Amino acid sequence: MATTEQMPAGAQPGQLVEMSWDPITRIIGNLGIYTKIDFANRRVAECHSTSSLFRGYSVFMKGKDPRDAGFITSRICGICGDNHTTCSVYAQNMAYGIKNPPLAEWILNLGEAAEYMFDHTIFQDNLVFVDFCEAMVKDTNPSVLKRARNTQAPNAGVHGYRTIADIMEAFNPFEGAVYKEALQVSRTTREMFCLMEGRHVHPSTVYPGGVGTMPSPTLFTDYLSRLMRIVDFVKKAVAMNDDVFDFFYEALPGYEEVGRRRVLLGCWGAFQDPDVCDYKYENMNRWGKAMYVTPGIVVDGKLLTTDLVDINLGIRILLGSSYYDDWVNEEPFVTHDPLGNPVDMRHPWNQTTLPVPQKRDFDDKYSWVMSPRWFNPDTREHLALDTGGGPFARLYTTALANIVDTPYVKSTGSSVKISLPKGEQLPETTLEWRIPQWSNAIERDRARVYFVAYAAAMAVYFLEKGLGLVREGDTRIFDDFEVPDEGIGCGFHEAVRGVLSHHLVIKDKKIANYHPYPPTPWNGSPRDSYGTPGPYEDAVQDMPIFEENGPDDFRGVDIMRAVRSFDPCLPCGVHMYLGKGRELKKLHSPMFGATHG
Amino acid sequence: MTEAKGFDEIHILWISEGMSCDGDTVSVTASAQPAIEDVVTGLIPGLPKVHLHNKVLSPTLGGEEFLAPFRAAARGELEPFIFVLEGSVPNEKINGDGYWSSFGNDPDTGEPLTLNWWIDRLAPKAWAVVAAGTCATYGGIHAMAGNPTGCMGLADYLGWDFRSAGALPIVNVPGCPVQPENFMETLTWVLYHAAGAAPPPPLDDKLRPQWMFGKTVHEGCDRAAYYEQADFAQDYNSPKCQVKVGCWGPVVNCNVPKRGWMGGIGGCPNVGGICIGCTMPGFPDKFMPFMDAPPGGTLSSMMIKPYGAFIRRMRGITNATVNEEPKWHHDRELLTSGYNPRWRP
Repeated sequence: MATTEQMPAGAQPGQLVEMSWDPITRIIGNLGIYTKIDFANRRVAECHSTSSLFRGYSVFMKGKDPRDAGFITSRICGICGDNHTTCSVYAQNMAYGIKNPPLAEWILNLGEAAEYMFDHTIFQDNLVFVDFCEAMVKDTNPSVLKRARNTQAPNAGVHGYRTIADIMEAFNPFEGAVYKEALQVSRTTREMFCLMEGRHVHPSTVYPGGVGTMPSPTLFTDYLSRLMRIVDFVKKAVAMNDDVFDFFYEALPGYEEVGRRRVLLGCWGAFQDPDVCDYKYENMNRWGKAMYVTPGIVVDGKLLTTDLVDINLGIRILLGSSYYDDWVNEEPFVTHDPLGNPVDMRHPWNQTTLPVPQKRDFDDKYSWVMSPRWFNPDTREHLALDTGGGPFARLYTTALANIVDTPYVKSTGSSVKISLPKGEQLPETTLEWRIPQWSNAIERDRARVYFVAYAAAMAVYFLEKGLGLVREGDTRIFDDFEVPDEGIGCGFHEAVRGVLSHHLVIKDKKIANYHPYPPTPWNGSPRDSYGTPGPYEDAVQDMPIFEENGPDDFRGVDIMRAVRSFDPCLPCGVHMYLGKGRELKKLHSPMFGATHG
Repeated sequence: MTEAKGFDEIHILWISEGMSCDGDTVSVTASAQPAIEDVVTGLIPGLPKVHLHNKVLSPTLGGEEFLAPFRAAARGELEPFIFVLEGSVPNEKINGDGYWSSFGNDPDTGEPLTLNWWIDRLAPKAWAVVAAGTCATYGGIHAMAGNPTGCMGLADYLGWDFRSAGALPIVNVPGCPVQPENFMETLTWVLYHAAGAAPPPPLDDKLRPQWMFGKTVHEGCDRAAYYEQADFAQDYNSPKCQVKVGCWGPVVNCNVPKRGWMGGIGGCPNVGGICIGCTMPGFPDKFMPFMDAPPGGTLSSMMIKPYGAFIRRMRGITNATVNEEPKWHHDRELLTSGYNPRWRP
């Protein structure tokens, strides 16, 4: 599968230099990126991503009480643990045959909205933007910084920074004004989160069957007043991001190729609508479509499906380069879904994790991450979907599906319109995210800041719904249940950085099988058994290099921008080391681009 | 009296490549009391200048640029430093040529360097060693029964009688994740000690700061009054004491219901979340299944019933009384307050 364009014909491959970054900083978890760079042609010739951490959740959850799953799986991730708890509650509710009272659902939606606002803000402004800050650009592309000093910021009237370089300075780590303000905003939004789910990042008040959060009017007052304190920050952030990203396209022609890959996106949907969602598998297509972020799969700009049943049945976990033994000869747990459709042996319901620690070998096995793929029944391809770091796929599917229609967020079929209320300084503002031309580093990053606005606008809606119920006297937040002797469940949600599924099998009231599939195994997966590279590998491989430094003082900022645009988060799934440029004795074939086709 | 001698500058070498979710680093960024950026930019009076080396917050691009201070410290060329570990320590003696967790590579062989390799070199040279979160302190979730990695807490690996180069025991700040302000306050105390301005932090026999972990959840919980009155939540809809629906607060050392989760907001049983004992050495196995009443809770909640039921009734009567204004609050043409201008005792 050729997912990136190859070297222009006629160009002579230069000496390849091995460059790697291990561990990668400013991400959560453990990721290594190993590349071979052709400096003469300013391209990345080859890329491998690896995770050097194995913890074994699916192994040690067997035999445990299934009600513990939400508490345990939260501990998979230190930044979006609550997405796991929520997803686990969705999967458990299905297995137990129950649903949450409506108010509990609005409270969960408010908690998850706060999580998106917090997490995207801290990641974008405190981690990603260090790669676009004045200090970094001075170091890697001094001529670009010079130009930035003389370029007026088009949105200066919104954010107050006169030139692009002024914005870049505001993002300098630990010192820039926006860097510091973003940390504060990440705290305010986390307080909002803690109001709804008790604690960040491992919630205390989220249970199968509902929540324990006390739904007093005070709860909603405390959330709303904090939300209103940050809405202007969100409007400014969108304006600053647009200015910087548009400037990069203009200052560095061809920058759209950085981190670019084919449009192969997955989104599993977020924010349940309690009026529709009953957690029954048989109705999953209906309540999946009612989610306030529409689930879907997009291939080459076309929406293949928005049906969660199709999405579920197509999931395949491939090995190939991962440190595990195959499980295809084990006994299957689930042969058919509740609708009677056959379930593949490589589906998470049937997976058995058999870890085999071994030496790292980039020609064979080199990662603890497996390779989730989505089997397209029409083409019979195992697609290496990515999540675009989360927001990119969410906005893309929601825009194309043309279903979401609320007073504050509306899908148009080609864009998403987001209205934010009046703030302290700025008026009521409607933003519009339009489907861009490319799936690349800049568009993944840009979508992130728009999704903060999306989450803030949806939070206004959820507040109205939640407080409305409280005023009507409907304050029920939890329904009791019995754990069945046997059952299966699946939960679909959007972790902050993309698709999240939990698959659960209960036997004798205990967990017989449990497999969480967070976004990073999708994005950070190694080459699968068909040789298809994972999305990071694919996005970096063959990408051009714009950094002005040569091999001796090369920092790899373009590669890092490409990788970070996926919002790598490897407790759920990969680390970069910058060695001194080491020249490879063994030269690869001149047609190296083709070897990964 | 000799003047205390301390350091003007110190490095913090923070490794989160233990078996962890990096949730403790993320949690620490939630603290505003004090904030990590305030410690790094010198806004806390009396602290040494701090050079923070943490993967998530590092301004570097990663790789060797990020690893340089760690490599220098391992060679003995960078001091003084505080070594912070996040995550539990896997058993690397059980997996042949492979590894469970690594941090950078061996420059000569290109093979991954295990976390354990780094601990062996950094811990003895560190002026202080701090374990952040329950995984690093006591093993935590990844050390659960049935785990494949054989992982453990840092003191299990280094020995409970370990002393750092600064003659300190390991400083354990448990919590899953660590409560943000608990960690920053402890780190700040260690930094004051490094500056020569404070004694070492007072620790209990599990090496936890005494002022944070000396009391139980229940002792700081605003739902504990319901317990006293034998008034228990039967499910999670109730604002009452949660011991019958899974709360372990009466026997867990933690200050969260008192302190809140961050900036006084959130928490556990105080806001409707059962205490699952996430700060404890016995976490998680001794507290599972989480949503069932702790075995001891049945007995104690039964024994308190006669007292609690009686006292609740009595308080109900008194409560009704104190909800009435005194009878001399009226608009009649007569003062009945008992006013006497010449009154003396």
